[in-house]
Amino acid sequence: MDLHELTIAAAQSKLHSGELSAVELTRAVLARIEAVEPRIDAYISVTGDTALEMAAAADARLARGEGAPLTGIPLGVKDLICTAGIPTTCASRILENFVPPYDATVIQRLKAQDAVLVGKLNMDEFAMGSTTEHSAFKVTRNPWNRDRIPGGSSGGSAAAVAAGMCLGALGSDTGGSIRQPASHCGVVGLKPSYGRVSRYGLVAFASSLDQIGPLTRSVTDCAILFEAIAGYDPSDSTSVNRPVPDSLSALADGVDLRGVRVGLPLEYHRVDGLDPDVAAATSAAAETLTELGAVCVEVSLPHTPYAVAAYYVIAPSEASSNLARYDGVKYGHRDTTKTGLMEMYRGTRSTGFGAEVQRRIILGTYSLSSGYYDAYYGKASQVRTLIRRDFEAAFEQCDVLLAPVAPTPAGRIGESVDDPLAMYLSDIFTLSANLAGIPGISIPCGLSKEGLPIGLQLMAAPFEEARLLTTARAFEQATHHHEARPAV
Amino acid sequence: MKISTDEVLHVAQLARLEIEPAAMEKMATQVGTILDYINSLNQVDTEGVPPTSHAIALTNAFREDHPGEHLGPDKSLANAPEADAGAFIVPKVIE
Repeated sequence: MDLHELTIAAAQSKLHSGELSAVELTRAVLARIEAVEPRIDAYISVTGDTALEMAAAADARLARGEGAPLTGIPLGVKDLICTAGIPTTCASRILENFVPPYDATVIQRLKAQDAVLVGKLNMDEFAMGSTTEHSAFKVTRNPWNRDRIPGGSSGGSAAAVAAGMCLGALGSDTGGSIRQPASHCGVVGLKPSYGRVSRYGLVAFASSLDQIGPLTRSVTDCAILFEAIAGYDPSDSTSVNRPVPDSLSALADGVDLRGVRVGLPLEYHRVDGLDPDVAAATSAAAETLTELGAVCVEVSLPHTPYAVAAYYVIAPSEASSNLARYDGVKYGHRDTTKTGLMEMYRGTRSTGFGAEVQRRIILGTYSLSSGYYDAYYGKASQVRTLIRRDFEAAFEQCDVLLAPVAPTPAGRIGESVDDPLAMYLSDIFTLSANLAGIPGISIPCGLSKEGLPIGLQLMAAPFEEARLLTTARAFEQATHHHEARPAV
Repeated sequence: MKISTDEVLHVAQLARLEIEPAAMEKMATQVGTILDYINSLNQVDTEGVPPTSHAIALTNAFREDHPGEHLGPDKSLANAPEADAGAFIVPKVIE
């Protein structure tokens, strides 16, 4: 097996035994990036020299016998997580030359383990999009089929993990932006519970919905990366002070699914445009879990038909407020052709933001504006309460919810660019978890007739990530779908 | 729902955006289509339902009032499009 194909767990044992050095592994991953990046376009920047320095430090630490789980593991990071001294662009012209003066908390935590950062990954501009076509710099290709989107907004992260251009990656998920690209690229992606992972240093899109999480090639790798970044952080006032469960030991002990109650939401079967291959793969997954001893029960999430509408009021409203900070004064792009202050603000924002970002700022500003606030933002916030209550009621009847991730496998590049509403509707299965603050995971559950990956989503009550990871691991061990790799 | 180009112009003004005249019609149509879809929220009875602004109920996060480390002027100004003498430079506001 090529070194760049190793799982984090496999690389970890080779690094700790001395069979493999971090420099050797990092060189292999950088060579892989060089070979396939022209066909995939996953990275916005590759930090080869820094990566080799970090790898050398990791080797020194391993030689002292002080290796941590991620010591010497080459990882990629979505380009909206601040990295000190390394440009962080959000795939936007407005931050094209922005070099953060500090590390995000998750980066500090990876560095504390001497993990190796190989580069910053492409995304939809400011994480607004489900295809990665809304990047100001490049369109990332799906490693399974280069005519297809990788999903989004963490499309660079998912494509890089699938194509062996890093061993694992960090993404962010505001309405499905980790789970949906993970599904389209055939990798594992976890959106943690709201408050579980610090958002300090994550460039804000919608603050009440955003979470950072891992994308990896196995559930065990997902648990390793999740445990490295999770936990309370005083720098994020919405971070929750609760112990992070040791799901790794639970995975190592072997998982017993007997008696686990798996909820199948009735409303999800009625979603328009559900692809037959996706429906079949989801049903087959429920059967697999039943064979493993789980009990499937039907549950109802009655407000499902209103989730997309509520989300596309709340997320753009928060975005319009968060993105007010890009004014051409403190950092980022400035339109220097304008003389007055107001003209400079407007020139800067209009030339710095792309079309989808401007559309969402307009939508959000409209929803919050005088005379419309109650009808839009107020109403959506009430519907959000009803959606949250739906999940609370469902989790009285089941331990995990089972659902598709996306209604269809990855679409063709260019298909939805001019139809924003069609793109928004494809988020139906993922964005409710963000509205309710619950964790969700996407794991590979087979290929479509056209050979495109299909993801299975599991969701659990807040802070029950261990339940998700153990259930996902049992499924993975029984099916081996995650072992399928694209020929890049 | 049709949203007028005047309304788009007003909202763009609030958001400090400048929409090209050529792009105005398209923006009005797309935002109108999305708002049409969003109006389905009116079918939901929310009488007496409290709003959720955050999924996890949090009260204020307090900490001890001890001074911590901060970036300092050099790092704070390093990304400024224009800076001088420890300050951000903006276009002239008062003639």
